[in-house]
Amino acid sequence: MSADLNIILPEILLSLFAMGALLGAVYTGKDKLALPILWATAGLFVAMAFWIGVSGDTDRMAFGGMFTDDAFSRFAKVTILLSAAAVLLLGQDYMTRNDMLKFEYPVLVTLAVVGMMTMVSAGDLMVLYMGLELQSLALYVVASMRRDNLRSTEAGLKYFVLGALSSGLLLYGASLTYGYAGTTNFAGIIAAAEGDISLGLLFGLVFMASGLAFKVSAAPFHMWTPDVYEGSPTPVTAFFATAPKVAAMGLFARVVHDAFGGVVADWQQIIALLAVASMFLGAIAAIGQTDIKRLMAYSSIAHMGFALMGLAAGTAAGVQGMLIYMAIYVTMNIGTFAFILSMRRDGRDVTDIAALNMLSKSHPTHALALLVLLFSLAGIPPMLGFFGKLYVLQAAVDAGLFWLAVLGVVASVIGAFYYLRLVYFMYFGTEGEPLDQAMPAIQWVAMVGCAAIMVLGIVNLFGIEGLAAAAAETLVR
Amino acid sequence: MENNLLSFITFTPLLGALILALFLRGDDAAAQRNAKWLALGATVFTFLFSIGLLTGFDAQNTDFQFVEERTWLLGLTYKMGVDGISVLFVMLTTFLMPLVIAACWDVTHRVKDYMIALLILETLMIGVFCALDLILFYVFFEAGLIPMFLIIGIWGGKNRIYASFKFFLYTLLGSVLMLVAMVAMYVDAGTTDIPTLLTHTFATESFSVLGIHVIGGLQTMMWLAFFASFAVKMPMWPVHTWLPDAHVQAPTAGSVVLAAILLKMGGYGFLRFSLPMFPVASDLLAPMVMWLSVIAIIYTSLVALVQDDMKKLIAYSSVAHMGYVTAGIFTANQQGIDGAIFQMISHGFVSGALFLCVGVIYDRMHTREIDAYGGLVNRMPAYALVFMLFTMANVGLPGTSGFIGEFLVLMGLFQYNTWIAMFATTGVILSACYALWLYRRVVWGDLIKESLKSITDMTMRERAIFAPLIVMTILFGVYPAPILDIIGPSVEALVADYQTATLVTDTVTAVAAASQ
Repeated sequence: MSADLNIILPEILLSLFAMGALLGAVYTGKDKLALPILWATAGLFVAMAFWIGVSGDTDRMAFGGMFTDDAFSRFAKVTILLSAAAVLLLGQDYMTRNDMLKFEYPVLVTLAVVGMMTMVSAGDLMVLYMGLELQSLALYVVASMRRDNLRSTEAGLKYFVLGALSSGLLLYGASLTYGYAGTTNFAGIIAAAEGDISLGLLFGLVFMASGLAFKVSAAPFHMWTPDVYEGSPTPVTAFFATAPKVAAMGLFARVVHDAFGGVVADWQQIIALLAVASMFLGAIAAIGQTDIKRLMAYSSIAHMGFALMGLAAGTAAGVQGMLIYMAIYVTMNIGTFAFILSMRRDGRDVTDIAALNMLSKSHPTHALALLVLLFSLAGIPPMLGFFGKLYVLQAAVDAGLFWLAVLGVVASVIGAFYYLRLVYFMYFGTEGEPLDQAMPAIQWVAMVGCAAIMVLGIVNLFGIEGLAAAAAETLVR
Repeated sequence: MENNLLSFITFTPLLGALILALFLRGDDAAAQRNAKWLALGATVFTFLFSIGLLTGFDAQNTDFQFVEERTWLLGLTYKMGVDGISVLFVMLTTFLMPLVIAACWDVTHRVKDYMIALLILETLMIGVFCALDLILFYVFFEAGLIPMFLIIGIWGGKNRIYASFKFFLYTLLGSVLMLVAMVAMYVDAGTTDIPTLLTHTFATESFSVLGIHVIGGLQTMMWLAFFASFAVKMPMWPVHTWLPDAHVQAPTAGSVVLAAILLKMGGYGFLRFSLPMFPVASDLLAPMVMWLSVIAIIYTSLVALVQDDMKKLIAYSSVAHMGYVTAGIFTANQQGIDGAIFQMISHGFVSGALFLCVGVIYDRMHTREIDAYGGLVNRMPAYALVFMLFTMANVGLPGTSGFIGEFLVLMGLFQYNTWIAMFATTGVILSACYALWLYRRVVWGDLIKESLKSITDMTMRERAIFAPLIVMTILFGVYPAPILDIIGPSVEALVADYQTATLVTDTVTAVAAASQ
């Protein structure tokens, strides 16, 4: 028992921290403690990421296979923790300025992160659902953090209703799977699904895939994304775009490989179609957007399509590609949102992309960093975003999915248009009223740092290639 | 000790760009002057390094030389090297870039950024010709779009936004298909090392895709994917439409780089990938390329005749001349390929110089309309002479480098197919029509337009820019041996390999015919 508890110690510690922070803040009253708690949370995330990162390379199971601790979950957890820490710190200035920095925010984020860590470690349908709901419920609340703002409450409500629907789909799938496999344990399901899969299990798989596609915001289950991204306070949007995506993608990989790894051909087509639909929808629908947060929503839909392309390959190389893609995606998004968070004119926040007009004149460094990030998002070499695409493309072609690879690159060309449009505003546009000069140091460092990573990372990807390969190995046997 | 010369040459401009970006502050006249001198220094140094490349190059050796190799991510390698085909393109790039920098001496708008963009572009262009790893090649090939996009978009003419987007998306769409083919090659051969891939035989067994019977199988599919990229880059008819727009809107330096170097990447790609790696497919599809080239030569020459914008006229003329290059390459015989490479080098000097010629009068009059000029010889005799020389070289007058390339290509074409050679030859006549007519309208006649009365002749700086181009054009026009000696052995090896590989083509087509 204590050995089991040892394995989930990071999750326990984070939960205790969240509860302690909650109690402490409630007793001292008001939001005086909000800022210290936020910093402490970010610090704890980084420490946890470090701890998990160096905590050995053994595969361990807890609670009779319900909870897995392997290279895959460690890779995903480190990505989740680091990106959550970065987003917390980035948003702190914005929150303070808009008088939104309540102590609940870091606490809820911590709980969401615990949910995400549980998701990527799930070895059982029940743990899967528990993690997913813990994450989702915390996220519904932070989406409507600005409760006096109509858009924010609308975002929270929309997210909640549609999220509940997807949870229902997922639960229905899980119940079918349980009914036909006779167990909720992934190890049991994979044994039951070996070789010829029964119709009931297939239905279960399809419903679960739909529910998970909703969480990664893959088309055609993406409808909530633009509204929630636009309506939520920007720091929360930044959070939505990063850590939960990694967690949902990690969970997706877990389910299809750990529970249904024996019947790759049955889910390969589903995921491939989700990937194609997401890539094209993300690329085409973003063209008409004028709000940078909505644009980033569609951009993330397209990126999820690419990550799913890696998953569709159904091989270790595909999972490796997906993990690398997600790590690069998260870095690009942190950099871009660091900039979006700083977009202000006359002291008021703006998210209109026309506000970027001639940014290269008023803020040359910001414009250059954003240029690098945008070309990276578009997947143009030599930026790191291209190499992310290269990994998943290679996996897809290796798995014989030529058509998927070709459609993917065509979608990326369409998608390049709207990134170019942002560059057009920054560099070729007409001079308008410039954005405010000041940018908090944390945001500046994050943005320029992420841009530098996009360029310098091409030397050796900072060594994450090997880690991702090891992670993929443990998942795909 | 490992030889790092190629990396030195490739990354010296990038180093210059970094120094500019990090250490140069301010935007006053002094800072602008420093930026220009620094950029000029970086490009001149690059050229000096590259002379070491030429002197150390052994033309008789058909292997890759100056090879350097390091491991990279995803099982890729950072591998650089040159052979007889690529070394001259490196030289062309390093030779032209100082002239390009000098040609934009009068720019005052965001000079520092301009210099940085041009220097980064130089690094990427040299990288394309040196890369010996598929993905490394692709990275250099694609990355060049970014600085060029910015050069057209920031420093371009009135309609620059449209032109820059069209340029970027058009070429990107062509290239991504090539990327998929490259990944497929990696999966098929297990390596991205170009020298190894040159000896790898890709499957030619026919198969069906969506009910279409593909003769030549995998090779044909890959060939078409590469063709999509290089044909757009060349550009070949009918995917040339981005070029006139990009040329007209780009600033002078951008046009020169585009015409003189970027277009050559397409031809280089055909020679490095399509022909030697997919010989069977090349052999099968060569007739298509031939007819597309002939259409390009005749059609775009006719289109050039009716242009009223000087840059557009020269842009269409470039498309026509690139038609000779593609036709020459796919004859797959010694004269044809020698001629194609020679034509590319020569076109680098000539079209670059022609765009510079347009730049000279554009800087003075701020219009490219042919009708706005006339009788320039009265006020600008030196300019008239220089423009005359390059017009003649563009036409392919014997004694200029343009003649050698066209003549060799036509000789190769004649061996391949008499009819195609005949149609292609009409291009020579048509080029004389549009080029001489342009010259007559701009330079000859009486100087009647009021606005031209005070135009001044070329400055010393402008003369200094043209001088090396004139020397090269005439030198290689009367004595082409230095170029042909370097490319000869490599082309000979290429042709020999190609002929061995295509011996099986007849069997492939026979089997395909039998199976239908």
